[in-house]
Amino acid sequence: MRQIFDIHGGIHPPERKDMSNPGWVSDCDMPSKLVLPVTQHIGAPARPVVEVGDTVLGGQMIAEAQGPVSVPVHSPSSGTVTAIEARAVPHASGLTNTCIEISLDGKDEWIDCEGLDNWRDETKAALVERVRLAGIAGLGGAGFPTAIKLASDRDGGIHTLIINGTECEPYITADDTVMQCFAQQIVEGTEILAHMVGAETVLLAVEDNKPEAADAMRQAAEALEIAEVVTFPTKYPSGGEKQLIEILLNAQVPSGGIPADIGVLCQNPSTAIAVRDALIDGKPVTHRITTVTGMSLKDPGNRRVMLGTPIRELLETAGFNADSADRVIHGGPMMGFAVTDLDMPVVKITNCVLAPTRTEIPPPQPQQACIRCGMCAEACPASLLPQQLYWYARARDQEQLERHNLMDCIECGACAYVCPSHIPLVQYYRSAKGSLREAAKEKLRSDNSRSRFEARQERLEREAAAREAKRAARKAAAEARAQAGDDPVQAAIERAKAKKAQQEAEQ
Amino acid sequence: MSLMHVSSPHVHKPVSSVEQVMRQVLLATIPGVLVLTWFFGPGTIINIVFGSALALAFEAWALWLREKDYKTPLRDHSVIVTATLLCIALPPYAPWWLIAVGIAVSVLLGKHVFGGLGYNPFNPAMVGYVVLLVSFPLQMSSWTEPRGFGEVPGIVDAFTALFAASSYDAVTAATPLDLFRQNSGMLFEDLMQSKLELTGPIAGLGWDWVNLAFLAGGIWLLRQRIFTWHAPVGMLTALTICAALGYDEGSSTGGGSVLFHLFSGATMFGAFFIITDPVSSAVSNKGRLIFGAMVGILVYLIRVHGNYPDAVAFGVLLLNFAAPLIDQYTQPTVYGTKKVEADE
Repeated sequence: MRQIFDIHGGIHPPERKDMSNPGWVSDCDMPSKLVLPVTQHIGAPARPVVEVGDTVLGGQMIAEAQGPVSVPVHSPSSGTVTAIEARAVPHASGLTNTCIEISLDGKDEWIDCEGLDNWRDETKAALVERVRLAGIAGLGGAGFPTAIKLASDRDGGIHTLIINGTECEPYITADDTVMQCFAQQIVEGTEILAHMVGAETVLLAVEDNKPEAADAMRQAAEALEIAEVVTFPTKYPSGGEKQLIEILLNAQVPSGGIPADIGVLCQNPSTAIAVRDALIDGKPVTHRITTVTGMSLKDPGNRRVMLGTPIRELLETAGFNADSADRVIHGGPMMGFAVTDLDMPVVKITNCVLAPTRTEIPPPQPQQACIRCGMCAEACPASLLPQQLYWYARARDQEQLERHNLMDCIECGACAYVCPSHIPLVQYYRSAKGSLREAAKEKLRSDNSRSRFEARQERLEREAAAREAKRAARKAAAEARAQAGDDPVQAAIERAKAKKAQQEAEQ
Repeated sequence: MSLMHVSSPHVHKPVSSVEQVMRQVLLATIPGVLVLTWFFGPGTIINIVFGSALALAFEAWALWLREKDYKTPLRDHSVIVTATLLCIALPPYAPWWLIAVGIAVSVLLGKHVFGGLGYNPFNPAMVGYVVLLVSFPLQMSSWTEPRGFGEVPGIVDAFTALFAASSYDAVTAATPLDLFRQNSGMLFEDLMQSKLELTGPIAGLGWDWVNLAFLAGGIWLLRQRIFTWHAPVGMLTALTICAALGYDEGSSTGGGSVLFHLFSGATMFGAFFIITDPVSSAVSNKGRLIFGAMVGILVYLIRVHGNYPDAVAFGVLLLNFAAPLIDQYTQPTVYGTKKVEADE
């Protein structure tokens, strides 16, 4: 047995995972229209390569990656492009983004997908490029382009690959289901990932509230010698990348750094499958498994959904009773955000759509005064002092916010969960982080203009000095000539006199 | 349906509110108050009821003056906790005006001039207590005789004392800490046996039981996770070490035994109910440990070398001043800011 370690803080919210019946997955009915945002990942938006009126096939690229931190978007089925315009998309900001709308023809015709017969023969660069072209971005919920993580060539390389099947958020069972139903594919994908980054150890991490998933993974992992399934006690937020690394390796990702800094790579099980499908089957990311749950649904469960399916349709196929709910959450109850428009689509990061009833998740209670009880500090997995951060955030004291490591907050919400004063702490931190980032940008801008100004100033001084030197040299030369007896002014006067005398003589 | 725009997290720990925290603190005082009542009669309970009613009135008035919503803060029970803690510290059978002045100072000067709940740099109950102690030393040192020593007053006596102090014939006795303070010439062991007031099993008639009861309430609060162990353990450990170092086998000028200090006066009440006030103490666990330890040292020094028999209130107020400084140097190590290598 591998030794596991504990993290500071953490909470045990009611799990409510049985509601979505983990281990079973059904297909969501094909919608009539899909809405595909060009940004379903972290990074630059993809650029549409189709126009309104074009017919597209399943698996066809409809928007291409723009720049290095970007991934393309593919059509999940066949149909006609009917609109390219700004629509509401799932994002915490609630902003709109360019979306490609496809009216499906129902035939579900696909392009010919070409997989690799033997991926081991390919170079790493070629494999990374395939991952990139398949539009893979972290399917666990963060949406970071997977190719970037795989391509990064840091000193020391990657020694440990972690497949993060922790799924510590309440309600969500998508990873649980994927691990139970597709363990073999996960391990195949994991093998490819480990090969690409050169990892010597693979840890398949599962929280101990998912014994079926752990068993399935254990069975499948027999095919991969370097892989080991590790289970550990259920506690939120053990699934946070940084927390999981501490639990498994007793190591911490340096503040402001990434796991690769300490030779670790984390990937979600579904991402591993996506990598496998991209390389072996040549298929891009067009579908995902999403938990649809909450007590305002008659038929909650895990669905295989086409990306772009409107959340409204997904909910309706699960028997949504809109009267009993007053919010729909994209993601889990701890870190998910409230959906502002039910027409927004399921995207690559949609691991859960939660439609709770009003009694199940009641409206927030009014905020009371902070009494500095310190329960938040006891719950914080990053060992921050949330109560202090709250006071400094309210006072806009950026110096103290930095001194108290606000940027190391992972926004897990454990502090707000336990706060007896019902203070929406995370909201304060997000806003304060925004102003810290803004201030850093501002500082960079002013540093840049200062150095530009200083460079210019230096150049002007240099030029002035050069001019001055030239002048001094000329002056010195003139003086030397004057001393030698040929004063140019005197000479000019002499010349003028001589000329005048000559003219007079001519007349 | 209209979609609610709320920020994550969407779920909250069930039954967790300021009101709940305050209610648990109040519940935890019950054993101590009952033991006080057994030994000294109903005076403390009358103090608490009268003081709480006044405190609610002052709180409402202050909120009204500050043009604040005065319904929700009244329901959070925080002012009742302040009043209860102050009234437990006051001598039973105190006249009404003494309680009124104490409550007014606690609620108005201790709490609301700084901005109300959560903003007070000093423990409000101790602000009120110290103002009374330095202003009315006679009334503040009039403790009743404990049961087993003299007659315990009844309900009628209690109301007479409260509203007609002049016609109430108080029978007061020195507390063990008073006797210890006034002692000159007697060996500690002899002193402990010379007076009936001092013949309790540990530290004086009644007082050791009072301390044990507050200790029990405090341990219950600890188990309820209302506060962490750091401040109480810090204070009791520091007091123990000081008393052990200062104990000279019981000479007449010595410091008294460890048990005498731990179970006398306001030691346990202070350790679990006063220095654990989160608002005015240090914030981090390490900070709270230091905060408690410093209070413990001050309590010992003032008891043995100062002018007052007990010192929890002074110790707490002095450390309230120091809390921001302690915070400055006791920030916990944040994830990722210490260097730990992977064990590969």
